[in-house]
Amino acid sequence: MHLIPCPYCGERPQDEFHYRGDATVKRPAPDAGEQAFYDYVYTRANPRGWHDEWWHHYAGCRQWIKVRRNTLTHVVAASAGPADALPEATP
Amino acid sequence: MTSKRLPSGGLVDRRTTIRFTFDGRSFVGHPGDTLASALLANGVRLVGRSFKYHRPRGIMTAGPEEPNALVELREGARREPNTKATEIELHDGLVSASQNRWPSLAFDLMSINSLAGSALSAGFYYKTFMWPRSFWEKLYEPLIRRAAGLGRAASQPDPDHYEAMHAHCDVLVVGSGAAGLAAARAAGEAGARVILCERDFAPGGGLLLSPADAAWRREMLAALDAMPDVQILTRTNVFGYYDHNLLGAVERVADHKAAPDAHEVRQRYRTFRARQVILATGASERLIAFPGNDRPGVMMAGAALTYLRRFGVAPGRDAVVFTNNDSAYETALALAEAGSGKVTLVDVRSQNALAGEVSARGIDVRLGSEVASFDGKTAVLRRRGGMSGDRVVADLVCLSGGWNPNVQLASQSGARPRWDYALTSHVPGEPVQAEQSAGAASGIFGIGAAAQDGATAGRRAAAAAGFGTASDFVLPELGRTEQPIAAFWEVKGAGKSFVDLQHDVTAADIRLAHREGFSHVEHAKRYTTHGMATDQGKLGSLVGSAILAEARGEPVEAVGVPTHRPYTMPVAFGALAGHASGAHFQPVRRTALHDWHLRHGAAMQPTGAWLRPFFYPKPGETGWDPIFREARAVRSSVGICDVSTLGKIDVQGPDAATFLDRLYINTFSTLAVGKCRYGVMLREDGIVFDDGTTSRLAEDHFLVTTTTGNAAPMLEHMEFHAQTVWPELDVQFCSVTDQWAQIAVAGPKSRETLAVAVEGLDLANDAFPFMGVGEGRIAGVPVRLFRISFSGELAYEIAVPSGQAETVWEAILAAGKPFGIVPYGLEAMSLMRVEKGHAAGPELNGQTTAADLGMGRMMKKSGDVIGRVLAGRRGLADPGRPRLVGIRSVDASKRLRGGAHIVREPGSGTSMGWVSSTTQSIEHNCWIGLALLENGETLKGQRLFAVSPLHDESVEVTITSPHHVDPENARVRA
Repeated sequence: MHLIPCPYCGERPQDEFHYRGDATVKRPAPDAGEQAFYDYVYTRANPRGWHDEWWHHYAGCRQWIKVRRNTLTHVVAASAGPADALPEATP
Repeated sequence: MTSKRLPSGGLVDRRTTIRFTFDGRSFVGHPGDTLASALLANGVRLVGRSFKYHRPRGIMTAGPEEPNALVELREGARREPNTKATEIELHDGLVSASQNRWPSLAFDLMSINSLAGSALSAGFYYKTFMWPRSFWEKLYEPLIRRAAGLGRAASQPDPDHYEAMHAHCDVLVVGSGAAGLAAARAAGEAGARVILCERDFAPGGGLLLSPADAAWRREMLAALDAMPDVQILTRTNVFGYYDHNLLGAVERVADHKAAPDAHEVRQRYRTFRARQVILATGASERLIAFPGNDRPGVMMAGAALTYLRRFGVAPGRDAVVFTNNDSAYETALALAEAGSGKVTLVDVRSQNALAGEVSARGIDVRLGSEVASFDGKTAVLRRRGGMSGDRVVADLVCLSGGWNPNVQLASQSGARPRWDYALTSHVPGEPVQAEQSAGAASGIFGIGAAAQDGATAGRRAAAAAGFGTASDFVLPELGRTEQPIAAFWEVKGAGKSFVDLQHDVTAADIRLAHREGFSHVEHAKRYTTHGMATDQGKLGSLVGSAILAEARGEPVEAVGVPTHRPYTMPVAFGALAGHASGAHFQPVRRTALHDWHLRHGAAMQPTGAWLRPFFYPKPGETGWDPIFREARAVRSSVGICDVSTLGKIDVQGPDAATFLDRLYINTFSTLAVGKCRYGVMLREDGIVFDDGTTSRLAEDHFLVTTTTGNAAPMLEHMEFHAQTVWPELDVQFCSVTDQWAQIAVAGPKSRETLAVAVEGLDLANDAFPFMGVGEGRIAGVPVRLFRISFSGELAYEIAVPSGQAETVWEAILAAGKPFGIVPYGLEAMSLMRVEKGHAAGPELNGQTTAADLGMGRMMKKSGDVIGRVLAGRRGLADPGRPRLVGIRSVDASKRLRGGAHIVREPGSGTSMGWVSSTTQSIEHNCWIGLALLENGETLKGQRLFAVSPLHDESVEVTITSPHHVDPENARVRA
C-alpha cells in the first residue's frame, strides 16, 4: 500500500487516488494526424524503474498530480502539481 | 497413554479445570493450555488422518507450523475447519473434532490410499484426471472431494462481528521474545511510540521455555507496561509486510472464548504504518526426512521442550532425540529430567563436547548416528550410512534438523533472503524498506545474544525515527557458544519420508518432479504441492529444496526456497471484510425523495450505488402490471418520476464554452442562453463515452448532465483535461449532483399540470419551447425548468434544491391530480426509452461509436474535439459496423432477450449483431428491442432471427428504425 506525497495535501494512502499511468505522453496538436494520436492513446514504454505517472487525488484535493515512482521498488521520489514539472533527474 | 501432565512446572494453572471435548470424548485441561497441550496431557496420540494417504498423525509442533493437528473447532454457524490445535487457546466448553477420516479416526477406510501410494505421486491430479472431459463433473470431482476434503466449513452465515483498525507508530516490533521485548523497551525509553505485536496469547516467545529467565521477562513486561506510548498487542499475528512500511495483522479478540461477549468483535483486522519496523519473529525448527517421520509420536524437538517447560506435559515416555545441532540437547535433558522412560540422543555429528554432560544424566548418546526408520513403536538406529540397525522401543521421536530464521516478513518487505553457511539456512537480506530483523529472526540464537541484538535494534530504530538514546537496562547473560550444525536433510531408505506432512509430499515426490522436468523450486512446489498447505512448508520447505538440490547436483543455496508471500498464517475472510458485509458492503446513495418513495410502496432496487424506485405496485398487481400502468399513464396523460441520480456538473468561466466544445462532438459555444442541447462525448480512442443535455444558464455558466453511472468518471475526465491538457483555459466546475434533486414530469398533460404548479414562468409552447431552460417557483420554492424528454412525450424536468424536493414533488402531484398523475419508476422509464429508441447504458457499452448509434452527423466540421482523430480510424469508420436498429417480434407472444444474437436463419453459425435492450411495448403490443446489427441501415424491413442458445430460444424479428414511437419527434414539440 503506497503512500503518495500529494503536493497539496501531504502524504496520503493510495486508496485516495486513482491511477492513470504515463505522465510523459503529451496530447498531440489537433492536426498531428492519426499516428500521433494512436501513440498518445496506446503506445507506452512500460519502464522497469523510474516512471513519471498521473495520480488523481479524487478523495482529496481532486488534482491530477505527477508522481515519480520506481516500478521495481515502489519508491516514490517526487511529486508535482498537474501543470508543474517534476525535477530533471532522480538519483 | 504415553503422554501425561507433569505434577509441576510450566505456565498452566493446575488449580483451575477447563472442560472440553474432542471427537465427542470429554477431557479436562487448565488455563494456559492450548488444545494441543491439553490433548497431549490427556494421552491423546492420534489427532488426524493425512490429506492424501489417510495415514494416522499426531501432534508434531507447538505452533503455527503444525501440519497434522488440524481440527474442526466449535459447532453450527461457528464451526471452523482446519484450525491448528497448537494455536487454539483452551476455553471451557470447547468442542473440537478430527478431520479427514471416514468413518472414524481410528479406523479409516481411505487409508487404503497408503498402499496405492505410487499411484498418488507428484503430479497425480494432472496425470490421472485428464480424460474424458465429461467424467470430471460426475466422477472425478466428487471422488476427489470425498477423498481429499479436509474440514467442513459452516453452512450458516457467520454470526460474529469483525472490525478494522488502523494505526501509525514510530517503531513496530513483531514478536515478543527476548529480542522483541528488548527492542520495544529500548525504542520506548528513547521516546518512540511503539507497538509490539505477539501472535501468542502469552508474551515472551522462547523466554516461556526458560524458567531461569522468568524474572527478566516479568520485569521487561512491567517496564513496557509502564510506558504510556508502548502498546502490547497479544493474540495478534502480523501476516503481511506491504509497500511503504504498511503491515497487516489480525488480532484474535475473542477466539479464546466459546463466543464473543455482547458487542465484542471476534477478530480485529489491523494495519500499521510504521516509520521503523523491527522483525523479532524468531526461528522455526526444520524436520529431517526419514522413513516414517510422520508417525504419531514424531515431534519437533523444540515443540517437545515447549510441552515440557511451558505446559508441564511430558509428550512421551521412551524418547529418541534425532538432531544435527546442539539445540535438541536441551530437549533430551528436559525429557530425562521429566520422564520415567529411556532417552536416546542420536546426533549425526561424530563429535560433540556436550555428549559427556548428557551421558552423565543417564541419556544414551549415539554420535555419528541416524534414525533409519520409525514405525510408531520402534525406531531403528544405525551408524551413519551403515546397513544394519539397532531397534529401540520409543513412543516419542524428537526431530531437529536445525533452525530457519523466520524471514517471511523481511522477505515480503523486499529484502532478498541471504544464505548463511554457518546456519545452513537463509537469513534476512539487505533491507529495502525501513526495517531490520533482530534475534533468532536474523540468525542470532540464545536468549542473551538475542536480547542484546534486540536492544541494539530498538535503539537504532528509535534514532532513525528521530529520537534520542535510551538508558541501559539489564539483559540476560550470554549463553555458551554452540558447536557447528551439520548440514543434514534426509536419511534414505524404503518407505515414505515426508517433506510436507500436511500435503503428504515425500522426498521421492521431489525427485520425481525433478525427473519430469519440474526442477525449478517454484515449479517443483506447484507440481508436488510442497509448501502449499496451511502451514506453508515451515517445517520442510528447505528440506525439500535440499533434496531437489541433490537431484540437480547443485548446492541447496543455488536452489533456494519459493518466494514468501502474504499471508504468514491463514486469515479468516470475515476479518478482512470487517464490517463491510451485507448491507454495509458499500454505502448506499439515496435521493432526496427516498422517504416519499418508501411511504408510497415503491419497489426499491439498487442501481450502482443508488437505490431507485423500480415501480409503485398497487394491490393485486403482478408481473408487468404496474410497469404497463405507469407507462400508459405517461403516454396518455401525465406521470412524475425521480431522476435525481443524473450526474450534474456546474461549469463556469470565460472559457467554459470553449472547454465544452472540445469535450463534446457537437458545439456548445453557439447555444443561446436559456437553451439546452443534447451532447455526445467520446473517449480519446473514438468510442462514445457519455451523453446528456447541457444547459446554458448564462454566457459563462453551463450545467452539464451525465448518465447516472458516468457521473464520477466524467468529472475525473473533465478535471484531467482542464488541469493537464488545457491548463490555459479559464474554466471552473464542480459536481452538484447531490445539491439538486431532479423531477421529470412527462406526458401530454404535463404542461397543463405544471401550468397550475409553476409561478413566474410562461409555459406556453412558443414562450417555453422544446429544449428551453427557465426559472420559476413551485410552492414558493425557486426551481429550474428544462423542457427535455426521455420518454418521447411532451415533458419537463424540474431541478429543485435537494432539501425542498418533497415540497415541490407534492405540489406537482396535487396539480396533476385532475389528470390522474401517476408516479412512475425506472422500469416504465426504461420501457418508454426503448420504445423511443434512446441509447442508454446497454448501447453506450464502451464499444460503440457515435456513427454506430446513428449520431455520426453530430460531429462538428472543425475544431479540436477529444476522440475526433481516432474515431476516423478505418475500423471505426467502417460503414458495415453494427448499427443501432429496432427489432420487433413477429409473433407478439415471443419474448426477446438482451444478449441474443441476430442471425439470418436459426442454426446459422454466423452472428450479424446482438440485441442490446428489450421491453414489451405498450404501443405495439409485442416485444420490441434495440440491437446493434451489421449493415443495419440496409436491413430495415427484413425478417431475421434473435437466438439465445443459452435459453434454447429462437425468435423471428422484423428489423425497424430504433424509433418505435413517434419517429418524427412531434410529441415532444407539441
